Amino acid sequence: MKPVSSVEGRAIPFGAKNVDTDVIIPAAWLKTISREGLGKGAFETVRAQDGNIFDNPDFAGAPILIAGDNFGCGSSREHAAWALLDLGITVVIAPSFSDIFAGNAFKNGILTVALPQEQIDRLMEVSETDPVTVDLDTQTVTTPFQDRFTFEVDPFRKHCLSEGLDEVGLTLERDSAITDYETRRAANMPWLQPNTHITTERTA
Amino acid sequence: MTSRPDTSPQTLYEKIWNAHVVETRDDGTSLIFIDRHLVHEVTSPQAFEALRLAGRKVRRPDLTLAVPDHNLPTTPRIDAAGNKIPITDPESAAQLEALEANAPAFGIRYIDATAAEQGIVHVVGPEQGFSLPGTTIVCGDSHTAAHGGVGALAFGIGTSEVEHVLATQTLLLKQSKSMEIAVTGALGPGVTSKDLVLHIIGVLGTAGGTGHVIEYRGEVFEQMSVESRLTVCNMSIEAGARAGLIAPDETTFAYLKNRPMAPQGSDWDKAVEYWRSLHTDPGARFDTSVQIDAADVQPTVTWGTSPEDVVPIGGKVPAPSSFTDPSKQDAAQKSLDYMGLTPGQKMTDVEVQNIFIGSCTNSRIEDLRAAADVLRGKRKADNVKWAIVVPGSGLVKQMAEEEGLDKVFIEAGLEWREPGCSACLGMNPDKVPSGERCASTSNRNFVGRQGPGSRTHLMSPAMAAAAAVTGRLTDIREMAK
Ligand code: SF4
Repeated sequence: MKPVSSVEGRAIPFGAKNVDTDVIIPAAWLKTISREGLGKGAFETVRAQDGNIFDNPDFAGAPILIAGDNFGCGSSREHAAWALLDLGITVVIAPSFSDIFAGNAFKNGILTVALPQEQIDRLMEVSETDPVTVDLDTQTVTTPFQDRFTFEVDPFRKHCLSEGLDEVGLTLERDSAITDYETRRAANMPWLQPNTHITTERTA
Repeated sequence: MTSRPDTSPQTLYEKIWNAHVVETRDDGTSLIFIDRHLVHEVTSPQAFEALRLAGRKVRRPDLTLAVPDHNLPTTPRIDAAGNKIPITDPESAAQLEALEANAPAFGIRYIDATAAEQGIVHVVGPEQGFSLPGTTIVCGDSHTAAHGGVGALAFGIGTSEVEHVLATQTLLLKQSKSMEIAVTGALGPGVTSKDLVLHIIGVLGTAGGTGHVIEYRGEVFEQMSVESRLTVCNMSIEAGARAGLIAPDETTFAYLKNRPMAPQGSDWDKAVEYWRSLHTDPGARFDTSVQIDAADVQPTVTWGTSPEDVVPIGGKVPAPSSFTDPSKQDAAQKSLDYMGLTPGQKMTDVEVQNIFIGSCTNSRIEDLRAAADVLRGKRKADNVKWAIVVPGSGLVKQMAEEEGLDKVFIEAGLEWREPGCSACLGMNPDKVPSGERCASTSNRNFVGRQGPGSRTHLMSPAMAAAAAVTGRLTDIREMAK
């Protein structure tokens, strides 16, 4: 996972409230075998409309998304986070997020920044023309116009995001404890080792 | 929740949990070792991809078993010349190919789609002796709880957890609450394990087991075959429970002995000695206890779009106003609209156009025998357009054919298919047409589960077979007369 430290760039002033995961990535995209390429299906229904913000060349490759209340509600699909990442979005700023989406975002190295609506409104205005900077270290969002908004982040999540540690990476740090367990298990219950007599060849 | 010291009486769940704690963290979560990981084609591709991108290996390929089931068509897989018949749906084909490539690339044992051992993950695990008492078993499918039927702690996981288990052979979990479902008395004639579990879900509701691991207790379960126990545990998730289990006993040991992946020789004896300790100690405390009288259980079917929407076959479609909870009234009305049923209609007057006998809930040999017993020498009704029997594995299929069950089905006008998940979920070509009804032995009657617009009635294999004969929902006890 890529570490998130300071992200500077254009922010897509989307602003919609209650954006559910079906809007982020429609169900038809769930039968994939890769996390990559889902950007094509991201916000498909929004992008079907002419003049939508996602296809505005000014925001091509923008790393930040600004949205309204309750971002990421609906089904628990992790594809929503994968789709955002595939679009190049690594920070989402909104007044609030669904818990499941926030968890999936974190697992995939996306920073979710919750700010009060007035500050969101101000960022929406600035981002029409200018870039925004999100700094995880100082927990601030700043603009070229001296705006400076601070946000909260769970210290554990901050550590993981800034180090680029995912959950698998964190557990792998406990490798010696797992190895100890495996050694005890093999000694006390050797029969837990599955037999390999199984044939898996095609029979025809 | 912290686990109690080893000397105090423990539930079966606590014993298995405690035996798998690698370490416990300050926040109360524990790193739990996973003994067995079953992998199928739908929930694994992104997990393998993530490992590849991060340059990670599968920690214990020896504890992992891969088999395709969800997407496979159940039509013949090999042509007359002995060549594999390709899957036509490109997305399903891509998922199968991904598993075929990922398993050997990561050193995982893979059961080919054309092997006799192939089948639904939850049928294959116990059948191969891969699923054992006292083990922790996970799979990226919510009906993994089935393996609780051999006394394992088994539960479904999502794709990122699949990746976590592949890479670390562990999961970070909080201990669940324990729930006892104590069934007293014996089941009446024509009443099966499926009727019992549907009844239990009706009593608990789909959220009744939330946050719990269920232990099913009572003489009924002791008398049950392992196949029936797998059916009961399979549907624990439909009551909201993470897992459901039944203490292993002599029946379990006899079922597992000499299975290909089960321990052999002196290892077997040691294993059995340990397995005998796997029961809830007298005086152990459950967080929740539910009592069920087996005499109350009738042959049961569902009327709505949630597995808790159950009614005895002799009953009627309920009126939404009969529910006290306003949100349930609302849901019931929506269900009835979707199902095309009217309150007060007798369940036995409901006509069905489709029959599905299969799924990890009811596709083992015992289930096929029960269905064949009803169908022997009979014909399906004319209004039944599509009726399929899908064995849970190639080995079940072989056994059924040796017993001549395939002929019974075919002579009765049912189709005899290749093993897989089939019409349990509308993901492969086996689908129930929109607006039509299906008497189904599967586990979920959700809106669109068997295909867009499909109307599912869940029931036992014998009841589904009876419905095939009469063309409507039928009390199996009437058929027997
Ligand atoms: S039969 Fe149905 S519930 Fe069982 S594993 Fe397949 S899809 Fe899941």
